[in-house]
Amino acid sequence: MDLLRFATAGSVDDGKSTLIGRLLLDSKAIFEDQLEAVEQTSMARGYDYTDLALLTDGLRSEREQGITIDVAYRYFATPRRKFIIADTPGHVQYTRNMVTGASTANLGLVLVDARQGLTEHSRRHAVILSLLRVPHLVLAVNKMDLVGYDEAVYEQIQADFQSFATKLTIPDLTVIPISALKGDNVVTRSTNMPWYEGPSLLHHLEHVHVASDRDLVDTRFPVQYVVRPKSDDFHDYRGYAGRVAGGVLKPGDEVLVLPSGFTTTIEAIDNFDQEVAEAFPPMSVTVRLADDLDVSRGDMICRPHNAPKPSQDIDAMVCWMGTAPLRPRQKLAIKHTTRAGRTMVKDVQYRLDVNTLHRDQETKELALNEIGRVQLRTTVPLLCDPYSKNRTTGSFVLIDEATGVTVGAGMILSAD
Amino acid sequence: MTAQTDYRLSQLDELEAESIHVFREVAAEFEKPVLMFSGGKDSICMMRLAEKAFYPAKIPFPVLQVDTGYDFAEVLETRDHWVDRLGVRLVVASVEKAIADGVVVDDGKTSRNRLQIGTLLNVLEQEGFTAAFGGGRRDEEKARAKERIYSHRDDFGQWDPKNQRPEVWSLYNGRIRQGEHMRVFPLSNWTELDIWHYIDREQIEIPSIYFAHRRRVFERDGMLLGESDNVTLKPGEAVTERTVRFRTVGDMTLTGCVESTASTTAEIIEEVAASRITERGATRGDDRFSEAAMEDRKREGYF
Ligand SMILES: Nc1nc2c(ncn2[C@@H]2O[C@H](COP(=O)(O)OP(=O)(O)O)[C@@H](O)[C@H]2O)c(=O)[nH]1
Repeated sequence: MDLLRFATAGSVDDGKSTLIGRLLLDSKAIFEDQLEAVEQTSMARGYDYTDLALLTDGLRSEREQGITIDVAYRYFATPRRKFIIADTPGHVQYTRNMVTGASTANLGLVLVDARQGLTEHSRRHAVILSLLRVPHLVLAVNKMDLVGYDEAVYEQIQADFQSFATKLTIPDLTVIPISALKGDNVVTRSTNMPWYEGPSLLHHLEHVHVASDRDLVDTRFPVQYVVRPKSDDFHDYRGYAGRVAGGVLKPGDEVLVLPSGFTTTIEAIDNFDQEVAEAFPPMSVTVRLADDLDVSRGDMICRPHNAPKPSQDIDAMVCWMGTAPLRPRQKLAIKHTTRAGRTMVKDVQYRLDVNTLHRDQETKELALNEIGRVQLRTTVPLLCDPYSKNRTTGSFVLIDEATGVTVGAGMILSAD
Repeated sequence: MTAQTDYRLSQLDELEAESIHVFREVAAEFEKPVLMFSGGKDSICMMRLAEKAFYPAKIPFPVLQVDTGYDFAEVLETRDHWVDRLGVRLVVASVEKAIADGVVVDDGKTSRNRLQIGTLLNVLEQEGFTAAFGGGRRDEEKARAKERIYSHRDDFGQWDPKNQRPEVWSLYNGRIRQGEHMRVFPLSNWTELDIWHYIDREQIEIPSIYFAHRRRVFERDGMLLGESDNVTLKPGEAVTERTVRFRTVGDMTLTGCVESTASTTAEIIEEVAASRITERGATRGDDRFSEAAMEDRKREGYF
């Protein structure tokens, strides 16, 4: 059984909570006591039906306001797969929430209301998923029951979306007509829409192929922690622990260590008390090298003819999450893989309007929840790749040095 | 794990890899981490993951237990086995002692569970711990579903759910200021069933009270509680002997058990998979008082 992480997006009332509630309920991830609590609340509030959306309302402040303000994680499993849903609210703080949810997702699920068709919101959700390079996208056309299960409605929305999507990077798109409330095409294929020949939503989630989304060619191993037991049994043991970010590592491989530039070979790869023949993403392993080099946290193990170029000048798309705007000359802390340093904003090239994809070159700052192209100069060289090549070595966070708060999420375009 | 030709990890291996990454990240970036050990299955899984993360070196931080004075003997025994085997330092913060020292006030109404909060915050501050690993899982409860893996705590140890730091990719932000600390939840993405599968796969030693045994119990508020010196029976409550097991462990005056004959991890997996009630709902008196019980305790600085 493997794992699929997906992020959901939709504007208020598109039926996202109903859909998630149904997936959880039908896969038996909802327990009786949780369902009872929700039934009681629904009754107390005088609703005609059990509001499945209540299952996912987490915090008291959210319940009081009747809105969802923060990303919530949900879990369910079928015999084929375990699923982690990052449920991202689409209205308040939507950029921050969507970026957070999409950053780790294999798949993005965007909901639209069949009666309304594509809205500014749905376009914006697709833009963010595309920016974050979520490899698979599902557009669920919901509330098909309210449009008489009409094929033409579905076709129109699909066509609209496809023409918009040509401006984006969406490697794999699937459009599914559903009714979250009635259950059509959610778990099983609907008999109300014989014209639709594709899979049900759950079937698609269970079968979408995600293993090949990982880069198994370009070896990247950011050193996270140096393991030195200093015990009698393991006197000379020196291992470099970390999580494989790209490629496949094998004992005997010739490797290059950055930033020092030394080459050596991999002596062995340990996974707890066992040696493994290969390590690939996203395994956490400990690598031992044949030569005694000075390797520490923040270094990167790669291959002699396939290595990122260390760089201090970074060109990136930044999603700004700080309350005060991002401005040129601003100084921030930066964390990239296992490296930490400081950085200065050299220039804000443009602000991207996520609704229209218009590049606004007039503004020289990014406000809360805005995304733009930014030039940075870092104090330490980053060992990075373009985000389009590797989501781990191509991403970074910006931290306010005074408050310690995470204020930016960055995706590297290029580095010189 | 042997060579895999299709380069896929099982979901349990992927969860393990993610948790190990979190342990190493904290060990690398924080000056004084500590692992909060309740003796329950989740914190034992944390110990196992920490063991793997640093092997063949020892776990580079101590283990902290808040002793309510109402802990199960079986749990303390398992704790000692683990601490001995891994050779880690054990810090015990006693609620009784905190009451005696006036750190927390036992007014006779507040549960031991709640008194743990003050005791815990006090020991974190006294010892100067900057990061504390907790075994919380997001599937446990609605408020937890929104908590970050790195959960920032202010000077007062409080959690501010409306002001959480964004957590993107697996780039954890470990910045804290003097007096603040971080709670870290390496098991955030595990479900109860994942934990059991892991215990089964790794053959992890857990306290015997998780398995079916005969116990003298009585019913209170729809829960089965074990008879002990620390609880006084109310009128109408009668003790009977039944075959039970615990789904969570904690303060024995509040932690209920369920009737069960599951005596192996495989049988427990079957039972949990078929169970229709959350483990907290079934057996945690402390979470039942209000819809927002957990959130309130978390805000104050609970585990
Ligand atoms: N008829 C119909 N109503 C739906 C469907 N999905 C959701 N709804 C209703 O639409 C409203 C908003 O749904 P909700 O799940 O709360 O939307 P959210 O704001 O996106 O989470 C509720 O009244 C739902 O019952 C559907 O497929 N068909």
